[in-house]
Amino acid sequence: MPDLSFSSFVKKALARREAALTLLLVVILVPITIRSPQFLSAKNISTILNDMAILSIVAIGEFYVILSNGIDLSVGSIIAFTGMATGMINQANPTVSPILLMFAGMGIGMVMGLFNGVLVAYGKIPPIITTLGTVNIYRGLTFLLSGGTWVTAHEMSESYIAFPRNTFLGVSNLLWIALLVIAVFYYFSRYSRTGREVYAIGGNPTAAKFVGVNENRVRVVVFLISGTLCGLAGALWTARYASAVNEMATGFEMQAVAACVLGGVNFAGGSGGIIGVVLGTLFLGVVTNALPVIYLSVFWQTFVQGLIILIALTLNTMSDQRKTKKLLAQRRG
Amino acid sequence: MKKTLLFVLIMTMVLGAMFAQGTKDVAPTGEKEIIILGKSMGNGFFDAVFRGSEEAAAELGGIKTTYMAPPQATAEGQIEIIETLIAQRVDGIAISANDADALIPVAKKAMAAGIKVISYDSGISVGGRIVDLLPSNPELIGRQQVQLAAELTDYKGDIAVLSASAQATNQNLWIEWMKEEVKEADYSNMELVEVVYGDDAPDKSYREAVSLMQKYPDLKAIICPTTVGLLATAQAVKDAGKTGVVEVTGLGLPSEMKGYILDGTCRQMALWNPIDLGYSSTYILNGLIEGTVDGSTGEEIPAGRMGAIKIEENGIAFMSTPYVFNKDNIVEFAEIY
Repeated sequence: MPDLSFSSFVKKALARREAALTLLLVVILVPITIRSPQFLSAKNISTILNDMAILSIVAIGEFYVILSNGIDLSVGSIIAFTGMATGMINQANPTVSPILLMFAGMGIGMVMGLFNGVLVAYGKIPPIITTLGTVNIYRGLTFLLSGGTWVTAHEMSESYIAFPRNTFLGVSNLLWIALLVIAVFYYFSRYSRTGREVYAIGGNPTAAKFVGVNENRVRVVVFLISGTLCGLAGALWTARYASAVNEMATGFEMQAVAACVLGGVNFAGGSGGIIGVVLGTLFLGVVTNALPVIYLSVFWQTFVQGLIILIALTLNTMSDQRKTKKLLAQRRG
Repeated sequence: MKKTLLFVLIMTMVLGAMFAQGTKDVAPTGEKEIIILGKSMGNGFFDAVFRGSEEAAAELGGIKTTYMAPPQATAEGQIEIIETLIAQRVDGIAISANDADALIPVAKKAMAAGIKVISYDSGISVGGRIVDLLPSNPELIGRQQVQLAAELTDYKGDIAVLSASAQATNQNLWIEWMKEEVKEADYSNMELVEVVYGDDAPDKSYREAVSLMQKYPDLKAIICPTTVGLLATAQAVKDAGKTGVVEVTGLGLPSEMKGYILDGTCRQMALWNPIDLGYSSTYILNGLIEGTVDGSTGEEIPAGRMGAIKIEENGIAFMSTPYVFNKDNIVEFAEIY
């Protein structure tokens, strides 16, 4: 007979990483809201969601690479290159539709991701080394493309700058795009053959190969996804911040990786889910947006940010160990 | 025989050298020749510097000014040009250095040859120039920033500063002077509530600007003494629909800020003006060549419409308060830099 008591429900819920993170999010929100009540205003929530939309798109790309037991350190540079490219295309042809620019960004990002993927899959270079190289190559290309100059608001068309800001049913296009990406990849990771193959390769590459998974193909696909999503993020980034500068998104790979790890994605590959990544992104969003609002000195902000992430990770790992113990106990019993 | 030949040879060389020296002194062309040396070709900033130099040359008379720059912004390129100028025996060179130290030896050589060397915009270290002309000093910059904000807010309300990184030396100095200026009696109804840092990253600056507006509902102005911060803040204020409610000002490049100045988000901002730099450099070189000044500490060099420029310790000179840009002059300057 199933145990229906409330305490068992809570225990089960807590065992799920997603739920644990949600709970932590609430725990953090309470003191912030007490200190600064306007933090939970509808307007501020929409500010945070919009602020996190781009990160969630990039983090999903990063998720697939980590899931395959890799890492993509070049995401910030791909964003910079594609953002600069779409900015310059827009500057040269102000009449071009913003939607077309999004696809242009995705196309360029896809090529950059493909390059990463081919090097990893067929060049047999470890992902961390490959992308450690391409992070600089792509950043260098950004400077070469722009000649060191910027593209600023008055050089872009109004329709492009307005694109992420325009709302549909009260929700910004930026957020709609992020939601669409989340939905598509939620489906992809749970129900598509390739999506499941990424789990297989990351979890146990030898076993995956024996059941006929094409490892090289999967490795290229994960970088292709990451590159394409970064391209989309770059096109959105330039429009949202109304400027394309060469240094944009420097260090963004760290935020993307942090969102994944916070969301319970196993660094060794093979486990994790889209919902977790989205929650991890939200968690980061709340922390980065809350700290300035609660009158915390800037010199403490980065410290506290790091501390909170570390605590969240520790809790995550502890819940993991509990799960493993339980599984072991079951096996013995 | 050999000795005599050697003697004759040496004498010819010495005489020749004396003669060469002599022509310069005995028969001056009457026109002083100065060179404005930029960092690289095709840079609008230095074209504007040269425009200022031409303006000063026209006022002073008897000066021929020429603009030169290496094709790429390298110290090697500048050294090559200076070597040629030494051979050509020009009278004065004003240099914006691609490397503060690498140019010292060649600049010393030029000065030993009697050429007056000064640096502007991007200085040469002590020993490599007579005067280093800086566009402004931290006190003038900091105080002016608060004045600009006060003019926009009618000397009332909360103001905040959104800077580059917390370690940015220049910005921190300017902010110290902003804090000094706010203490003055004129600003008794104003308060500098907070200094935040956008790290010169558009996304972080944007986020910080948004949280400033949230934290201080009565915020009247944000000062951003850095172009990236200024751009991001202007966009954040515009997105929040607070144009005219929260004023934006700071230090920004006219070409980048043109849009926000024309649409009224940032009604005025400041930056050093390259035209004035070229103008002042030319006046200083003229004084040095004529020998009316020698660049010693405490000296005041007259510089036409810029007033007198005072030489501080180590030959450093500060030009003036930064130039103010608004919708009336931004289009013209956006073309320049």
